[in-house]
Amino acid sequence: MPIPQRVQTGKGARVMETHELYGVVAVGLFCIGLAAVFLCRHLLKKIIATKIIGAGAFLMLISIAERDAEIIADPVPHAMVITGIVVAVSAAAFALALARQIRMKSGQSEFGGEPK
Amino acid sequence: MSALFQSSNLPAWLVLVPVIGGVVTFLLPVRLRGGVGLLFAALTTLPALFAGWLLTGGTSMRHALGGWEAPLGIALELDGLGAVFILMTAVVGLIVSIYARVYFSTVVPDPARASMFWPLWLLLWAGLNGMYLSEDLFNLYVVIEVVGIAAVGLAVLSGKTPALVAGLRYLIAAIVGSMAYLMGVALLFGATGVLDISMAAAALDSGPTARTAFALILLGLMVKTALFPLHFWLPPAHSSAEPPVSAILSALVLKGTFYIILRLWVEIFDVSLSFAAGQIVGALGATAVIWGSLQALRQDRLKLVIAHSSVAQIGYLFLLFPLITVPLGASGEAEWAIFAWTGAIYQVLAHGFAKAAFFLAIGVVVIAFGNDRRESILNLVGRLPMVTFAIGLAGVSLIGLPPSGGFLAKWMLLKAVFASGQWWWVPFILVGSLLTAGYIFMILRLAFAPADKEVPMRKVPRGLQLCALLLAIAAIVIALPAEWITGLLQGMSAFGDPVELMSNGGEAVR
Amino acid sequence: MTLNVWLPLIIVCSSLLPGIIIFFLSENAIRTRTVLNLMGAVLKLVLVAFVYLGYRSGEVYLFTFQVTVDLHFMLRVDALALLFAGLSSVLWLVTTIYAIGYLEGSPNRRRFFGFFSMCVTASTGIALSGNLVTFFVFYEFLTLATYPLVVHRGTRKAVEAGRNYLFYTIGGGTVLFVGIVALTVLAGPVEFGQGAQLANFIEGHSLELKLIFWMMLAGLAVKAAIFPFHGWLPVAMVAPAPVSALLHAVAVVKAGAFGIIRLVYDVYGVELASELSVLPPLAVFAAFTIIYGSLRAISQDDLKKRLAYSTVSQLSYIALGAAVPGMLSSVGAIVHLVHQGIMKITLFFCAGVIAETTGAHKVSELNGIGRRLPLTMAAFTIGALGMIGLPPVAGFVSKWYLSVGALSSGQSWVVLILLGSSALNAIYFLPIIFAAWFKEPPVEAWPDKRPNRRFEAPWMLLFPPLVTAIFSLAAGLFAASSWSPLSLARRIVERVYFGL
Repeated sequence: MPIPQRVQTGKGARVMETHELYGVVAVGLFCIGLAAVFLCRHLLKKIIATKIIGAGAFLMLISIAERDAEIIADPVPHAMVITGIVVAVSAAAFALALARQIRMKSGQSEFGGEPK
Repeated sequence: MSALFQSSNLPAWLVLVPVIGGVVTFLLPVRLRGGVGLLFAALTTLPALFAGWLLTGGTSMRHALGGWEAPLGIALELDGLGAVFILMTAVVGLIVSIYARVYFSTVVPDPARASMFWPLWLLLWAGLNGMYLSEDLFNLYVVIEVVGIAAVGLAVLSGKTPALVAGLRYLIAAIVGSMAYLMGVALLFGATGVLDISMAAAALDSGPTARTAFALILLGLMVKTALFPLHFWLPPAHSSAEPPVSAILSALVLKGTFYIILRLWVEIFDVSLSFAAGQIVGALGATAVIWGSLQALRQDRLKLVIAHSSVAQIGYLFLLFPLITVPLGASGEAEWAIFAWTGAIYQVLAHGFAKAAFFLAIGVVVIAFGNDRRESILNLVGRLPMVTFAIGLAGVSLIGLPPSGGFLAKWMLLKAVFASGQWWWVPFILVGSLLTAGYIFMILRLAFAPADKEVPMRKVPRGLQLCALLLAIAAIVIALPAEWITGLLQGMSAFGDPVELMSNGGEAVR
Repeated sequence: MTLNVWLPLIIVCSSLLPGIIIFFLSENAIRTRTVLNLMGAVLKLVLVAFVYLGYRSGEVYLFTFQVTVDLHFMLRVDALALLFAGLSSVLWLVTTIYAIGYLEGSPNRRRFFGFFSMCVTASTGIALSGNLVTFFVFYEFLTLATYPLVVHRGTRKAVEAGRNYLFYTIGGGTVLFVGIVALTVLAGPVEFGQGAQLANFIEGHSLELKLIFWMMLAGLAVKAAIFPFHGWLPVAMVAPAPVSALLHAVAVVKAGAFGIIRLVYDVYGVELASELSVLPPLAVFAAFTIIYGSLRAISQDDLKKRLAYSTVSQLSYIALGAAVPGMLSSVGAIVHLVHQGIMKITLFFCAGVIAETTGAHKVSELNGIGRRLPLTMAAFTIGALGMIGLPPVAGFVSKWYLSVGALSSGQSWVVLILLGSSALNAIYFLPIIFAAWFKEPPVEAWPDKRPNRRFEAPWMLLFPPLVTAIFSLAAGLFAASSWSPLSLARRIVERVYFGL
């Protein structure tokens, strides 16, 4: 039976719950991914960036699952994450296939520079 | 057995039929796919028409999938607003399917290339119907992804490099959009513990969480709806696809996410809205109207003109939000809200029909002359009169000239703008109309201009031209059953009501 | 009873349906097309005559269709509607005959006659519309239907003219649209002939009402070619002669002028318009246009262009009459709607005949042409004299009423404008008439008439101007008869002023 863990963030400071840490990390991942999507031009990097955004979103769901469950985590977010991962994986696979086709057909591996 | 066909199962059939169609066509050998695909398109239209008939007079029906009620199960709800979108999807979808059947069997020499059209399109259709029916926030995420992936799959059907690059750009934008949506849903779930829209609405309090969730969801969906300035992916993707696909993407797919924004705006996020939120979204829409039209005027290729025009026309839709988001105390006299609603819905319909007609007509031009450069349509009126006529009629509706669906939309929007006192939207609506007239008549002027030398022309099946004309005519006559359509809309609980806000701090009362 | 409901719609459809059918016929189905055209034209005329008789005996013809909340499609027959509908149906019949003769053997006739019918549908619709929305629907429909006619020839010049035409009319239409929507928001759906409805809103809304009036007026002034919105009209002269005749006499410009009359008399009402003091500026603009158009006409050598500038000038008589309050001016304005139509269409028909038979397009080429085309030039002379305002041609009646009306409301400057305009009209019309009859023809004689023809020109081209010239004479000679346009105009004005 899982027991809620606590992370000590400093003496006398308020205790940060694990799920809160997860939440902060999730937001961080989300922002990193978002920045990368806009900043990177390489096809593969852009696809990876979308995966990082996805990781952020899923982690957020997981952190919510533990939110006010003292003993058992809420199963609904878990189901959502599993579904989400399946959907996201297929989208990523599709994106990769497209990138590969582009690379094979035109040799380009970056956005921009393509003929209009 | 007969229980299966009860009218209460209608929402399920609306999704199930195209899904079955998608799977069946995928399993069939390539040469059979066209016929069977068209059959399933027709079969999908039937429950949609039935839904329109059933909901006349403004009722709604709820269907719990598998008999499990929310919060445990997932509910589908068919109300008037959804029915209007479903009907439009069905009518446009059926005509585009007929076009596609002829197009892929006679014009495209390589059947294998086209073979994926039917499974993807039917799946997309199922996803769209899902968007219009789903009562569950996470379920919406899934159908958004389904629609996104199927749409990109269709967009890259031609396999040419520009289409592939545009498709990948589209896909990445779509993934980012849906992830932002999912993040918002996660926050919302964290705040309320439910996913059912009406339950979440009841449980959600205003506050920073609700506001952040709202911003994320709105941003994600705005990317997918291609609202300025998040529209960058649209023109290349829509203009490089095959004609029936461009028609589907522009006329139907953009409307799906708009519908979700509208639904969430009035049903959940009324607690975290402020007058400013409506104004900001409206300002984006107004800018889109001007920007998209200006860009359309500058394009050399007809498909790009039409694709940029979509950016502008989508902008008009977002003028609904400032008009229905009013300070507290104003709602008692905000009878203009019903005009704003009607105007926006008519803009959806008129743009759906007209834009589909446009892309199909340009498709015929491309078949006939091999390209869609502006010069290629010189003397089009003498060579393809039916197509010119279709372009003219669709153009009339896009500009908003009477008598057409577009006219009704502009009339209602303008009326709401005046009546609400938000007169600052007037110039945008008008200048948008004039610019639209500019690029439409640029096309028509070329179509009437003499050609210096006659370019050889490939024969185009009459059926293709007829499909374009049919949709264009629909964009005009859609104005006639306005009474019936607004009657359908009464079935949506929020229809015609402004979202009421307190003037201080944007706290809303329910 | 039910027939009375449907008749206005049937009148509109009597040209719409033939038009639609023509689009689906093949290019070579000349006979079917001709029969359809003529049948539609005759049917419309008969129906309008029937409705006129019914209206005189007190029948009510009203068709409404509710599109949605306070948006009604409404066709209604009143005296003003009958006047305009009668004018367009008579002139449509005549112009159809003329057009069939004029376009014999030229390409794309299916398209031409299709849109031609649409055009007439639109102007009948404008005539019969019972409220502002319906008026606007047909007003814009007219723009669209005439565009293909303006660019019909397909030459660069024609396409350029078409672009110019659209630039003006779409812009004007948009401004009119805003005005109509704003007025609807302010006062609810506006039906014609209920000026009192607006008068209730003058308290506290006079600025809005003024602005709306100006917006709507600007939108209508584009089609009525009032300075500074007249630029499209002379350029549109590249269109085939029947189109010029139709554009300049009936359809487009009259739609604008008719709209102004509706706006002043039936939307705002004379009382409210005077109270808002919007009429004097309109009068000034109209007066300026009258003089300006005439001055420009003098310097034109191209016959059709001279006629076009003359139209710019003559049309503003209508606006001027509407802008001067008083019954007599109103009669002058309304009756000029008809008189200018039949006289100007005569002139354009004649210009077309001249161009077709002799190839002459310029005023300087018309020396002695009266010997070759005596009947045509006789018709032309009647039309031109009428424009100048000589009795007994119809133009005299209009000018008389306008002048007397201006004097009786104490605006004597208007009389000066009218006199000046008459003098200018004489300056640009009389030399043509003089040259045609009294100057020696050029050394190379005119091409002879075809040997097997009885008349100086094909009868389909010759008869229409003769008929309209006779109408112009008759409208002046028999102005006192109770069937004349003048009597109808007087009845309309009595209704406007006394609510009879």
